[in-house]
Amino acid sequence: MGVGSALPEHVVTNDMLSGFLDTSDEWITTRTGIKERRVVTTETLAELSATAAKRALAMAGIEAAQLSYILCATTSADYAIPSLACQVQQMLGASCPAMDVNAACTGFLYALDMADALFARDPNARVLVIGAEAMSRLVEWNDRSTAVLFGDGAGALVLGPGSDLKSMLVTAAGDPDPLYARHANGNSPYAVKRERAPLRMDGHAVYRFAVPTIVRDVSAAIARAGMTEDDIDAVLLHQANLRIVDAAAQRLNIPRDKFKTNIQSRGNTSAASIPILMDELQREGHLPQGSVLALAAFGGGLTTGACVLAWGVS
Amino acid sequence: MASFEKVAQIIAEHRDIPQDNIKPETSFQELGLDSLDTVELVMSVEEAFGITIEMTGDLKTVQDVVNVIDAA
Ligand SMILES: CC(C)(COP(=O)(O)OP(=O)(O)OC[C@H]1O[C@@H](n2cnc3c(N)ncnc32)[C@H](O)[C@@H]1OP(=O)(O)O)[C@@H](O)C(=O)NCCC(=O)NCCS
Repeated sequence: MGVGSALPEHVVTNDMLSGFLDTSDEWITTRTGIKERRVVTTETLAELSATAAKRALAMAGIEAAQLSYILCATTSADYAIPSLACQVQQMLGASCPAMDVNAACTGFLYALDMADALFARDPNARVLVIGAEAMSRLVEWNDRSTAVLFGDGAGALVLGPGSDLKSMLVTAAGDPDPLYARHANGNSPYAVKRERAPLRMDGHAVYRFAVPTIVRDVSAAIARAGMTEDDIDAVLLHQANLRIVDAAAQRLNIPRDKFKTNIQSRGNTSAASIPILMDELQREGHLPQGSVLALAAFGGGLTTGACVLAWGVS
Repeated sequence: MASFEKVAQIIAEHRDIPQDNIKPETSFQELGLDSLDTVELVMSVEEAFGITIEMTGDLKTVQDVVNVIDAA
């Protein structure tokens, strides 16, 4: 297994946002924990994804040609056609099948679930799973209630044969209202004219959904792995809001210091948040070989997912 | 237990403050609860009373929450 990530160069601090939005560093920090985020300027999402993937491949000691599949979890790819996964495939020089997965902020967990299915078919597969988002393309930058929350970036994981995945679960509850971003109709002469709607979010509804479902899913994933909360060395939750991490930690029987965070400097990078966090923890030496990790995410859909895995980097 | 006492108890435990400091007219702002703390409080109240509460902007004081509970 190998892990990698890549972030845009441009850092946007809370104070920079309060220059054009009626907001403040104090509000954003106390409500979300976020101090700054990265936002794409000249970078494409494909470039960030390919950079993250190359780092993960290098760590795994695998050539792109050896990959069996590329899965990209994203909602904000550079193109509608082709998939981000096919762009990345070209940049890496891989020749395997490639496709995107959209499960909003839960996308990375859904992509891991798909990878698990691929390993069921071919236990010797090598699967590249990427979470990549340019949320800055989807948010309405005049809406202070969402613009301050999100960030851009990409994280990648290379998975090989083995039994490190101990449990996996994903859920969906068809309910678009709490969180959505809508495509425009283009210039079809037949369709009723419909404007693109930037990202809209009912923050209270999402918070009330997120906290209990994280607790439920993490507990279920641990139980399905045949483990107890004591067996978990680190919990990597989707980095949506530090307050959600705190609230979930309070309700789970796992010490708060095992809940890892980087939202402070990354913001909410949607499907990219967990693999970016993984890579940063790995590089800082916080994920010793064999560590047992619980991952969990939630997002638009409404979707959720959680898994338990043993950290086995090569 | 009357709704007010139970709500006051939930807030006192949650915020680690003496229950005597909480009066019906006390506002969440006075108690140092911001909007997300209020969401947390509503979630705890829902659990304790087995009810579902619609979050509207006008839950400002302890009494506001008690009124919603008693109407449910
Ligand atoms: C979005 C979120 C941070 C908002 O926090 P909140 O405490 O719920 O904020 P509210 O919407 O209740 O707003 C409280 C007040 O702050 C104001 N406000 C909102 N955004 C603000 C900002 N960026 N700066 C300053 N004030 C702001 C509101 O206008 C409101 O003011 P009012 O009381 O005068 O009307 C929070 O609801 C949240 O994080 N929810 C979960 C969302 C999530 O996880 N999404 C990701 C899904 S993948």
